[in-house]
Formats: sequence, structure tokens, C-alpha cells
Amino acid sequence: MSFRQPSILPGFGLTLGFSTFFLSAIVLVPLAALVMKTATMGWSDFVRVVTDARALASYRLSFGASILAATLNSVFGFIIAWTLVRYEFPGRKLIDALIDMPFALPTAVSGIALTAVFAENGWIGQHLAPFGIKVAYTWIGVVVALTLIGLPFVVRSVQPAIAEVQRDLEDAAETLGAGRLTIFRRIVLPTVFPALATGFTLAFARAVGEYGSVIFIAGNLPMRTEITPLLIVIKLEQFDYKGAAALGFIMLTMSFVMLLSINLLQAWSRRRMVAAGR
Amino acid sequence: MAGGPSKEMLAEIASRPGRDTLISSIVKYVFILLSLGFLAALLFAPLATVFITALSKGWEMYFESFKDEDTLAAIRLTLTVAAIVVPTNTIFGIAAAWAIAKFEFRGKSFLITLIDLPIAVSPVISGLVYVLLFGAQGWFGLWLQEHDISIIFAVPGIVLATMFVTFPYVARELIPLMQQLGNDEEEAAITLGAGGLMTFFHVTLPKIRWGLVYGVILCNARAMGEFGAVSVVSGHVRGLTTTMPLHVEILYNEYNFVGSFAVASLLTLLAVLTLIIKSLVEMKRK
Repeated sequence: MSFRQPSILPGFGLTLGFSTFFLSAIVLVPLAALVMKTATMGWSDFVRVVTDARALASYRLSFGASILAATLNSVFGFIIAWTLVRYEFPGRKLIDALIDMPFALPTAVSGIALTAVFAENGWIGQHLAPFGIKVAYTWIGVVVALTLIGLPFVVRSVQPAIAEVQRDLEDAAETLGAGRLTIFRRIVLPTVFPALATGFTLAFARAVGEYGSVIFIAGNLPMRTEITPLLIVIKLEQFDYKGAAALGFIMLTMSFVMLLSINLLQAWSRRRMVAAGR
Repeated sequence: MAGGPSKEMLAEIASRPGRDTLISSIVKYVFILLSLGFLAALLFAPLATVFITALSKGWEMYFESFKDEDTLAAIRLTLTVAAIVVPTNTIFGIAAAWAIAKFEFRGKSFLITLIDLPIAVSPVISGLVYVLLFGAQGWFGLWLQEHDISIIFAVPGIVLATMFVTFPYVARELIPLMQQLGNDEEEAAITLGAGGLMTFFHVTLPKIRWGLVYGVILCNARAMGEFGAVSVVSGHVRGLTTTMPLHVEILYNEYNFVGSFAVASLLTLLAVLTLIIKSLVEMKRK
């Protein structure tokens, strides 16, 4: 097989050449610089930096809060997607359009706005304070910020899948005497699950790397409310380029794993769609 | 059995199982309430806060915050960066989509994955990689210093970091769209003697224009709103290397909440405008 199949359309060399050149210059070479910088430090230095107590605490917060946020998003994202697809109510179209807001809104804006709402004198924070629940400047604040950021990914993944659920199957199940929970477990969930898993992974991947919206609400106390991206920034500010590169390398590896899982999940959900005859 | 449900009623009940039962209406209202409550706490309240805080000292103070020299400089810088980044990434997006959608070649899906890469990478890393290349101790740091060129802690670094972050948006939008539209009309145009550029502008562009608009506005929203990547490379020099999102942070940390939320309100309006254009584009497509 040759490199490409023949076509009468022009411009293959030009467009492919330009896009691979540009891709290399803007994305690949800089990422290679990160890998090479990490390689210049010895193995023992690398291990020391990435297993430092402060770094470990930051992974715990970054990954823990991201998993929690993605889980919250899976539950509420499903409920919101189901509501938007299945129910008719005033303002449905507007709400549907606003779901993309966290995606379009600059993260610094969502950061300061969430902090204002969840601070002890904020609209929501003041009602939580009497119960001893502090959101802003604690790990809960980190979860809140990451949940807002990840929401559109779950809703937008799940919405088309819910629309695909065959109503006649639900009807058939109901006439055969299946209860609501059985219908949900046996008919709805199998159709929606791959999309839900994709949405979870997308939201999680986005949350792990998130910086702007978190740093305002987190309080940024070392060992307690410091996320990994912030630790990278702190190392850069101290001109510890190698340390920053080592932590960046860990996060980059995670991103590759995430990207791979997302591609596999999407392929899986496509195969299921085809298998179901749709 | 006389008086039983009519055939139509049975059909109706069978096609809308349980819709009118008490439990299903309870489920419906619980779902709607949960959805609205969740969105109210996480999305609507913060959005309202932005404008209420920005206007908390009245309209006069609100407009006064935009007379500040540094704020104006931040707005100018954000517009400048977007004016460089968005057209560049648009040209890249069109070129990449043409190569990927119109031709079959080896390694295509790998190329698509690489183009998507910046979306999966943390914004902080998008900035970090340029510091490692062009920073004082970076690979080219010394050379740049000798030639008196500054990239990091200067505008070129901000442009590069923003370009990295917003790199995939136009391409991602166009590739599936152009793949779906197929090559027939372009092939017809070429066979009839049209040149490559003529084919693109008269055949392809009219078909993909709404997808293109969609990709460009998303790219623009991300370019103007990017915080993490730009924060790493900017150096935060007031009035010189602060974009609007960075200026929001500076004013916020100085407890100038009206000023901070005033700039934030502009960015929020930009997001609202982006969503309006997006909805219009989706309507046009249907």
C-alpha cells in the first residue's frame, strides 16, 4: 500500500505539509522540550521530586477532587440530560443552551464568581456556615469548581445517547410487567452507559489539569488545598525548571492515558451502537 | 366486557407507559427540580454574582473601572492576541481539515489524535513548555538573551501559549463536517476545470461556512479567556503583559472587587455572545 490513495483533488502536499509543520512547531516540539528537560535530570532526582510529600499531597487532592467532581457530574449530568431530552417545561431551550456556559466562560471568571457565592458571607456559603460546612478555601471548594468545569462534558455526551434509547423497548418492558428500576437498569443504562463513561472520563481529564477556576476558591495551602498544576506554577516562580518539568511530565503522561481511554471508550460506544442496529 | 377501555385508549396507554401515573409525575418534577437546583447553585448564582458585584457601587463606578489605563491596556492586549491567534489557527484548521477529510493516507487517525492533544493537556503545561524552550534557563534562553529578544514574560510568549491552547478548535469542528460532506462536488469542479483555490472558495467554503463560524467563535472565546497557560508565561507586568483574565486576578487580589468583577462582566458577556452565535449557527444548520 502506498502512503496515500490517489485522488484528483489538489492541495494534498501543501495542506498536509503546512498542518504537520505548524503542529510540530506549536505543539510537538514544545512538548518534546518538556520530555527532554525531564530526561536531563537523573532518575533519582526525578523520583525525589515527583514523590516529595508536597507533590504526593497535591496528586491526592487533584485526582481525588477530580474523581469526586466527575462522579457528581455523572449523577447530575445524567439527571439534567434526561430532563432536557424527556421532559417539556418552560425555559428548556434556554437551559439547554446555558449548559455550554462553563465551557465558554473564562476560568478566572468562574473562579472568582464561585468564590464569591460560596464564601462564608456569600449567597450559598452563609446558609452552609451554620452547619459548620466551609466550601471556599477548603477541598470542598476545589470539588465545586471542578464540578462546574466538567458538567458540559457529561451532559453533552449523554444527551444523544438518551435520545437513542428506544421508547418501544421501554414500553414493551412495561407491558411485560417490568418495574421502573428494572427498565432503567436493563434498558436505559446499557444504552447510555458507554456515553456516560466517556463523559466521566472527559470531565475527569479536564478537571485534573484545571487551574484558573480552582486557585481562587482553593485557598492554596501547601499539603492541604494545593493542586498539582499550582505546584508546577510555584516551582516555575522559584525558577526550579527541572522540578516543574518533572511534575509536568507526570501530568502529561496522565493526559496521554486519558486521551487513549477516551478514544477506546468512544470506539466501544460506536461499536455498541452498530451492534444494536442503529 | 362492556364499559372497558376502548381500543384507542389501550393503544394510547401502551404507547405512553406510565406517563400519567402519580409516580411518573413525581419523578418528572423531582428530576426538573434537581436539575434546576444544581444549575442554580453552580451556574446561575455565580453568573448573577458577576454582574451584581460589578454594579454594587452603581453604574458610574462600573464605567469608571474601564477608564483605568491598565484595564484598557489589558483589553487592548487581549484583542491583539486574539487577532493574531484566531486567524492563524483558522488557516491551520482549514488546511488540516482539507488534508484529513479529502484524502486517504496512512497515519491519519494518529494525526487527528495529535491535533486533539492540546485539549487533553493542562493549561499550565501549555505555558510551561514554552518557558522550558524560551525562558531564561530554557533551551534557547541564552541565545535569545544575546540577541535581545524576549518571548517569555512578553507578548510573543502570550501569543504562543494561547495558540497552543486554542490550536485544535477549528480543525476539530471542520474535520468531521468535511468528512461527512464527501468529495463528489469538489471532484466535479476539478473535472470541469476549476483550480484548487476556486474549488475551495466556490464549492467547499459555502458548504462548511456554518461549521467554520462555529469553530472560529469557540476558538476566539478560548483565546480571549485563557488563564492558566497565559498566567505561566506572562510575568504579570501590569499594563504590559496582562490580558483581561490576568487583570481580573490582579484586581481581585488587590481587593478591588468592583474593578475585578467589571472586567469579569465583559468576559461573561463575551461568553454569552459566543453561546448566542453558537445557538444561531445550530439553528441555521438544521
